[in-house]
Amino acid sequence: MAVVLEYLITAFLIISGIFGLVGSFGLLKLNDAMSRLHAPTKATTLGVGGVLLASMANAFATGPYFSVHELMITLFLLLTAPITANFIAKVHIHQKESQDSLPRAGEDGIWATLNLGDAKEDKS
Amino acid sequence: MILYAVTFAFGCFSLALLMNLWKVVFGAEIADRILALDTMFINAIALMVLYGIVQGTRIYFEASMIIAMLGFVSTVAYARFILRGNIIE
Repeated sequence: MAVVLEYLITAFLIISGIFGLVGSFGLLKLNDAMSRLHAPTKATTLGVGGVLLASMANAFATGPYFSVHELMITLFLLLTAPITANFIAKVHIHQKESQDSLPRAGEDGIWATLNLGDAKEDKS
Repeated sequence: MILYAVTFAFGCFSLALLMNLWKVVFGAEIADRILALDTMFINAIALMVLYGIVQGTRIYFEASMIIAMLGFVSTVAYARFILRGNIIE
């Protein structure tokens, strides 16, 4: 049991280290700003989640208590990483994109609103 | 054997932190720099949790929880400042 836990902790630590490294390396090497948004938000979050799982297993292995305190940090990161990615994408769009480089918005022209013209004629 | 794995993870996350620092200094856009700063916060969380594993105490999770909250709030503050000029309007 202790040997299994030791191998488990070692595997978690090595995998999460590789994930963290790959996430930051992707931030460095990808060649578009929107592509660069993907690498750290997903890979680094997974890496930190792995480190926190290793910490939970270590606390279970070496102490009398079973701690779920680290799950709070993982949950917080999983909740807030999409919000930060949304804000950073908004910064990029407002600064660098113009109306020509964005996809066409359909009938409305700007906002891609649903056209309720037929339903309105039925009501009146 | 856990000590070797922890040393390897320390090295990985420290290298990731240095790469984020490079991106903060030499980034091409503002969005890159804000993203690199947020990723530096997350790598610091991982480093603190790893140090807590090495020392065998649970005190360092409190510090990493605080840093997680502060990192998120500061990233949103940077983005709102670049977008609007004001953080709280």
